[in-house]
Amino acid sequence: MTATASTPPRESTRPPIPRAGWVVVAGKEIGDHVSSIRFLVLLVLLGIAAGIPLYFAADTIREAAEGASEAAAVFLALFTIGEETPYITLRVDTFVALVAPLLGIIFAFDAINSERHDGTLPRLLSQPIHRDDVINGKFAAGLAVIGIVLVAMLAIVSGYGIFRLGIVPEAGEVFRLLAWTAATFVYVALWLAFGLLLSVAIRNTATAALVGFGTWLFLTLFGPLVLSFIAPILAPVSGATNEQIYQSAVFQDTITRLLPSNLYQEISVALLNPSATQVSAPATIGQAIQANQQIGTLLSLDQSLLIVWPQIVALVALTVLCFGAAYVLFMRQEVRA
Amino acid sequence: MTAAVAPQARPATPPDATPPAPLVTRRLTKKYGELRAVDRLDLEVRRGEIFGLLGQNGAGKTTTILMLLGLTEPTDGEARVVGLDPARYPREVKRRVGYLPDAVGFYDDMSGRANLRYTASLNGLNGKAAEQAIDEVLRQVGLIDRGNDKVGTYSRGMRQRLGIADALVKDPDILILDEPTTAIDPIGVQEILELLQTLSRDNGLTILLSSHLLSQVQSVCDRVGIFAAGRLIGQGTVQELAARFMEDEAIVEVQFHEDDGEDLAPRVEAALAALPNVTGVARSERVGRPWHVTVAPASTEAEVREAIPAAAVTAGLRLVGLSPHVPSLDDIYRIALRRRAEAAARRMGEGSEDRPRKDRPGRPDRRPRSRRRARRTPPA
Repeated sequence: MTATASTPPRESTRPPIPRAGWVVVAGKEIGDHVSSIRFLVLLVLLGIAAGIPLYFAADTIREAAEGASEAAAVFLALFTIGEETPYITLRVDTFVALVAPLLGIIFAFDAINSERHDGTLPRLLSQPIHRDDVINGKFAAGLAVIGIVLVAMLAIVSGYGIFRLGIVPEAGEVFRLLAWTAATFVYVALWLAFGLLLSVAIRNTATAALVGFGTWLFLTLFGPLVLSFIAPILAPVSGATNEQIYQSAVFQDTITRLLPSNLYQEISVALLNPSATQVSAPATIGQAIQANQQIGTLLSLDQSLLIVWPQIVALVALTVLCFGAAYVLFMRQEVRA
Repeated sequence: MTAAVAPQARPATPPDATPPAPLVTRRLTKKYGELRAVDRLDLEVRRGEIFGLLGQNGAGKTTTILMLLGLTEPTDGEARVVGLDPARYPREVKRRVGYLPDAVGFYDDMSGRANLRYTASLNGLNGKAAEQAIDEVLRQVGLIDRGNDKVGTYSRGMRQRLGIADALVKDPDILILDEPTTAIDPIGVQEILELLQTLSRDNGLTILLSSHLLSQVQSVCDRVGIFAAGRLIGQGTVQELAARFMEDEAIVEVQFHEDDGEDLAPRVEAALAALPNVTGVARSERVGRPWHVTVAPASTEAEVREAIPAAAVTAGLRLVGLSPHVPSLDDIYRIALRRRAEAAARRMGEGSEDRPRKDRPGRPDRRPRSRRRARRTPPA
């Protein structure tokens, strides 16, 4: 190297700043994820979610398929039929509903705070990227990894159904499955965004993980339980007028509508089961009567979507809310610890 | 100034062809609530020099650096880095400035090379060009043999050198190093400082480094800025600062032959204190324990030095060493702080007499809250 003190024309040799820094960040994060232990957890959890119910479903479904050629949507039954014991429901859709939040949190709870803790955040942010490239890239990476494995798992279940059981899907069923996958994707995104929010707000990774899993446990397992305790206290049923009982029911319903697990469950039921004409309890006596009078008929996909459209909107809204909060908080935080 | 240029239009080329200085700040201020972390900072770092930003912990060095990189918005004032405003064009500035953060961290389960590769790709360097750049910087910092090892196995000094490699891999015009020598053993410090000198000399890099260990970095800095409580209290070469802050008094270092157990103190003090313009005689704590003779005014220092041998002979003392004492940055820093305190105390004294001396303005971080509030009531 010639040692001349005057500055050489460096501009010409320097490559341009990458236009999309988040792609670079996401690429690195995906590499990290795939070689990490959490990826193994993802494979095991989704493997269990697919494998065990499928084992039980295989027998049931064969019987059902043999007996009735008019059976509705046999292919989708792969995902909704299983072993139902009083203790646990072994079905693909309920398993996925249980596992998706867990995966979302596992892949995001330490996204930002670990960088902060390891002192890599200032180094990362001093590179020529926008600050939101970091959080966007990490979100995209988590979604991509979970999404790929999820799609792979559903493909394996479908493949098993086609080859071993001889159930060939109709076009409508394929579309339903795709719609359900998309909804599951949004559900995972919600928990991923929630994990991201925790990783921005809570400096300690272990605390963030605990809060995340605690929230998940509370909302999925205890949420409805606690609600049924709280509702009578807030709006007592005994010795109440019809009006008050009605108010209590409406209140419970409103809260339930905001629970992500319930939202997803309702979407799941409507999308995977063409004969489901309603997903939540009827709000009025009139609706209840109407529901009872309905003839068993199969809905088309757009009709099913229409039934759960409010739930879909709410789920998307919650996701946007969580990610928005994480985003704003991250943009406002000082670079220094 | 650069408002007419669209930020996305031409990111790599600065609007001005011959920028005067790569790093300039004008009245740069950062407030955190009431606290002024950086207070009206005027700084100019010239092309190709090593500039030392010196000050205690919490003096505002890191905040200044973050503002220069566009990682924190200044409350007031402006900065120009390679002719660009970092608050408006952070990406362009960050593309051309290599930064070693205080307590730099790496992804421990990735190799040193992989860490650098990530930084390179964030700067648009990929494939062969990136590998070449990584090889070069690893060779420069002496880590070429350990590049494929995981960073988790590195020592602290190696991490620091990898940090410098990380800052260099984007081929920057300016290198900003926040406390590069902290928590490194003395040999490691020497290695790092030599590396910086080489980079400055051979690559023509402009280097800004911050440190609270003044004596450590004074050997490599072309110029230094002394920082206290968010304000720059002196800027220039070490000699310039010495001349400025040591004008009132000078110190002559004297050493006498001393037999074991012999107590020279009364005789030395008697002989030297009698000389004209000598205001103090004290034994220093340095190796060999020389005597420090304080002379005021500083202009008479040479005369006093001439007179000392004769005085020693008269007193029967055997002189073994006599030299003017070159003040270190630590001395300058101490005097600069004391002067500010005195000036503040004088200003304060006009208001009321019984105010404690240590209650000086410009150090709000040290002052209890209640007192700060009380001070605001009488107009100073």
